[in-house]
Amino acid sequence: MSFDIFAMQVFNGMSLFSILLLMALGLAIVFGLMGVINMAHGELMALGAYATYFTARFVEHYLPVLMPVYLFIAIVVAFGVTFGFGYLLERGFIRWFYNRPLDTLLATWGLSLILQQSYRSLFGAQEVSVPLTPWLTGAWEPTAGIQLPLNRIFILGLTLLVALAVYLIFFKTRAGLRARAVTQNRSMSSAVGIDTNRVDALTFALGSGLAGIAGAVFTMIGSINPGSGQLYIIDAFIVVVFGGVASLLGTAASAFVIAQSQSTLEFLMSGSMARVVILLLVIGVLYLRPNGLFSPRVRT
Amino acid sequence: MKLSEAHGERVAHAAIALLLLVVLPATLEPFWIGAVGKYLSFAFVAIGIVLAWGYCGILSLGQGIFFGVGGYAMAMFLKIEASAPELPDFMVWSSVERLPDWWRPFQSLPFTIAAILVLPVVLAFPFSYAIFRKRVSGVYFAIVTISLALMLTVLIVGQQGETGGANGITDFRTLLGLDIIGDASKRALYFVEVVLLLLVMGTASWLLHTRFGKLMIAVRDREDRVRFSGYDTAMIKAFVFSVAAVLSSIGGALFTLQVGLITPSLIGTVASVEMVIYAAIGGRLSVPGAVIGALLVGFMKSWLSEQFPETWLFFLGGMFVFVVAFMPNGLAGATRRALRPHA
Repeated sequence: MSFDIFAMQVFNGMSLFSILLLMALGLAIVFGLMGVINMAHGELMALGAYATYFTARFVEHYLPVLMPVYLFIAIVVAFGVTFGFGYLLERGFIRWFYNRPLDTLLATWGLSLILQQSYRSLFGAQEVSVPLTPWLTGAWEPTAGIQLPLNRIFILGLTLLVALAVYLIFFKTRAGLRARAVTQNRSMSSAVGIDTNRVDALTFALGSGLAGIAGAVFTMIGSINPGSGQLYIIDAFIVVVFGGVASLLGTAASAFVIAQSQSTLEFLMSGSMARVVILLLVIGVLYLRPNGLFSPRVRT
Repeated sequence: MKLSEAHGERVAHAAIALLLLVVLPATLEPFWIGAVGKYLSFAFVAIGIVLAWGYCGILSLGQGIFFGVGGYAMAMFLKIEASAPELPDFMVWSSVERLPDWWRPFQSLPFTIAAILVLPVVLAFPFSYAIFRKRVSGVYFAIVTISLALMLTVLIVGQQGETGGANGITDFRTLLGLDIIGDASKRALYFVEVVLLLLVMGTASWLLHTRFGKLMIAVRDREDRVRFSGYDTAMIKAFVFSVAAVLSSIGGALFTLQVGLITPSLIGTVASVEMVIYAAIGGRLSVPGAVIGALLVGFMKSWLSEQFPETWLFFLGGMFVFVVAFMPNGLAGATRRALRPHA
């Protein structure tokens, strides 16, 4: 009995962990590595969610045979759409603000308002949701007392896959090497022949694309409306800052710590009180370690 | 040159005084007097942001917290008076049996006013001093403060029975037996608010012209050098942040009085960022600019949402982007540049 509760509890924490990590990964790249405070990041998630919704509608009408696997198509579409949008956004907007971090914050806030209104005008103000994938409904029951919802397991698996991919891109490819070089020392990278403008655009686009994947996943656990993005943006920032900017591992660890403590505390007290305690805890830790849990020891 | 700038600022102060004390009351209908009163409550917040962000480099995205402290303190007093001798209605709905202990002191107006002025300092000073001592600043401070604003709203919404939850606190009628809903009393409240605002504007401008004002600018531009010169920069920043907090709280209290309502969404993360936008649009380096920014954005929000209910966020968002991109010092900066003789 008590073991069942414990197991469910840990699983709930893992499930929340996967969602937080997915949300924060894109931001960890855009904010953590590039230092761009993109307040419209939540709206990029919403864009990914809408891309998923329209893919589902399209497949439903024209290719109903593919309906069972539409989610995979949708995730690719969501990534592609937000990647492209992010690329254009960086070239046409973000790059004008690089040397003014706090202005970026305000300008992207304005941008997030514009995007929200665009979604409202283009896609309607009402909530939309995607059809459920049949093989993801129901739960896996390893023992009688433990029920693990299949879609949560799917999200967990997907998150780990995405995190692994991000790791491989940044640490095992030339492009990743260039991106890290530019974030560490821009002028030196430029001097050795790296096209820093291109690297900036691609890195930002990758971060945006990850937001798109997060958005696609959100359609599996809730409905979407034009303002959805705003719900997640602060949490995503908290995860990244808590983990330590410029540390992808830190982001993962921070999502894990926050998620497990949140689900444990929710067991002991009401959900809202648990969130308050977590936020206080995060601020307390930031006070003790102002650069986050994992701060790189780099001299600048 | 130096003379003309000080002169220009004095003219701006006088123009605002004239506008708020004479022009607007003489020309506006009662409805709009109330509306301007509402916008002006944000002017207090914006002046605080000009001091903290524009002159001392502290960007807080949590000014809504202190706006909420003032707003809720005032609302608690008014609500107790409106529902006396019974409990406030939302408590009855949540079957709270007796007035919670932390509500009791707010039965007294002197305590409420003291709370509006002192509570923000009690909250802001120790917290910010500790944080600034650790040399957390810039973007991190912004994110810590926005998290606190989020926390406060989650707390208020979660404790529905004692705070009114997401609906907030509303339905006030009187202040010490005096009506606060009618047109005449709205007008009186408006004048009280304007006089307070002019006092705050004067004090803020005076502060910026003192030696301490120069120190604030020095901390903003090169904090390390000020620290090496032997100043406790954390203390300076915490002081300025506390001043901004008190101004925000006064704004909140006046908002509750003018509008007759306070809700978590008025003090949350979105509202807190908007408050910074007021100052950014008016001009982060100008006290009169902050007032104009608050008036202008407040008016644009009302007017656009009425005229173009479908698309007004486009305009609002576009305005933010435009101002940040092309007028980094806001309207005041643009005016200053336009008036400067080409020498």
